[in-house]
Amino acid sequence: MVWVSDIIQGILVGGLYALFACGLSLMFGVMKVVNLAHGDLAVIGAYIGIGVITVTHMPFLWSIPVVCLLMAALGYVLQRSLIQSALNKGELTTLIVTFGLSIVIENGLQQFFTANTRGIGVGSSLLTASFSLNSQIQIGWLPVIIFGVAVVVLLALQYFLSASKYGRLIRAVADDREAALLSGVNSRHVFGVAAAVAFATVGLAGVAYGMASTVTPFSGTQTILLFAFAAVVIGGLGSLWGTLLGGIVLGVAQEIGAQINISYEQLAGYVIFLAVLVLRPQGLTARRTQS
Amino acid sequence: MTTSPAPSAALGTPGTPLLEVRDLTVHHGQLRAISEVSLQVSPGQVYAMIGANGAGKSTLMRTIAGLHFPTSGQVLLDGTDVTRMRPERRATAGIIMVPEGRRLFPSLTLEENLQVGASYARKGPWDIPTALELFPFMKERRKQKTAQMSGGEQQQVAIARALVANPRVLLLDELSLGLAPVIVQRIYDVLPRILESGVTVLLVEQDVAQARRVASYLHCLLEGRTTLEGPPADFTPEQVEAAYFGLASRDTGGAH
Repeated sequence: MVWVSDIIQGILVGGLYALFACGLSLMFGVMKVVNLAHGDLAVIGAYIGIGVITVTHMPFLWSIPVVCLLMAALGYVLQRSLIQSALNKGELTTLIVTFGLSIVIENGLQQFFTANTRGIGVGSSLLTASFSLNSQIQIGWLPVIIFGVAVVVLLALQYFLSASKYGRLIRAVADDREAALLSGVNSRHVFGVAAAVAFATVGLAGVAYGMASTVTPFSGTQTILLFAFAAVVIGGLGSLWGTLLGGIVLGVAQEIGAQINISYEQLAGYVIFLAVLVLRPQGLTARRTQS
Repeated sequence: MTTSPAPSAALGTPGTPLLEVRDLTVHHGQLRAISEVSLQVSPGQVYAMIGANGAGKSTLMRTIAGLHFPTSGQVLLDGTDVTRMRPERRATAGIIMVPEGRRLFPSLTLEENLQVGASYARKGPWDIPTALELFPFMKERRKQKTAQMSGGEQQQVAIARALVANPRVLLLDELSLGLAPVIVQRIYDVLPRILESGVTVLLVEQDVAQARRVASYLHCLLEGRTTLEGPPADFTPEQVEAAYFGLASRDTGGAH
């Protein structure tokens, strides 16, 4: 029965991983930017949440739209300036630039917020609230809520991409940027919008992480970025629901690994990650490969 | 189905060419692809660029559309200098190109391709319903992904995608490339309807006979230089051939 519990916990934490991963996947799918600062952006989201709550004393739920809006604005501006000028010099340049951005963010956060561990207080009632499936399986409400939010975000993203005007333009620019320019589409602006959406999701993910766990200025590259990459690779690059499946597989592997021996938690996740990379490099939900 | 949308009110400023290229020189790195080429396209014209592979026709079209910037020279739309304008701004100003190789958005449906084409459209006679009527197959297959369509069908979608932007000048780059003659004919059959709607056409065609049939003006390039230009009726096939291949040229102005 303890295994069933582990699997359920793994599935739930997988929702959080998918929330981390979907923005990474979107930015790679549209701009071909491998954003090495992605994890740090989640941490920025968490710190903005902490900052806003500390300064204004607003309820923690209200901090979520504030974080998403600020992150979206940051995403648009960074894409139009730094990332676009890196893209103009070639796709590989974006790796170096986002790596540098990651270092700047981490040290900047440490300067302003110190290296202390912080979390977003949701109140002990929600943090510890749980329900029992039976006498042996206890499930926390917070992980369930975060999983639900992740599913809603993925649904909203899918609707945005498939049915909205900007979603259509994003897919068009991802397909053929030059042809989109010839149709009068300002691809830089469309890239900015895609980055804004990606940053908003990762900001939300950061807040969720700050609620469920704690962050330090270095959480971005130490855990979040790696989990996001693993979820994207396991699920299949460019597939929105693949990131959820990837996150769940990663989460379940970590929980089961931890059950065997607590020191195997991270190891089990990366073993699955490497196994998928070797045995099914296109990911579990890979779309047909283009010929 | 045979009616085409009414022409837009103003074709252009009287006395000014709708599209003008002045002394255009374009380099690809060290290579000089276009040398001091000039051309004037009048409103309502079908202006055909001909020339062999590598003559610089596509480079010229891409420079007019804004995908390449010239080393020197100017591109003017209705008297306005657009030489330094970005391609997407040029498109909204009325220069729309159907690029070589169709270049549809493969993961989008036919209808979504047209919607993208119409996203920043100028005001004018064309919209998605009128464009869908232009080619009979399109209406019932509008929910299909364009990646699953034949080359000829894709070419027709590419033309429709360009038309819904309501171009003033439509650039057609190598429409017939890789298509069966019967398909090419079907595509060229809609040219009169496009002209009736008030759109001016500048096209690139390797097939000289096809160009002579549809064009009101011929312009031949050889190694990036003009070797012949004028109405098709002014030239014998031998003269065009000489300009096209750079054979001993007589009164057409030699390339070498």
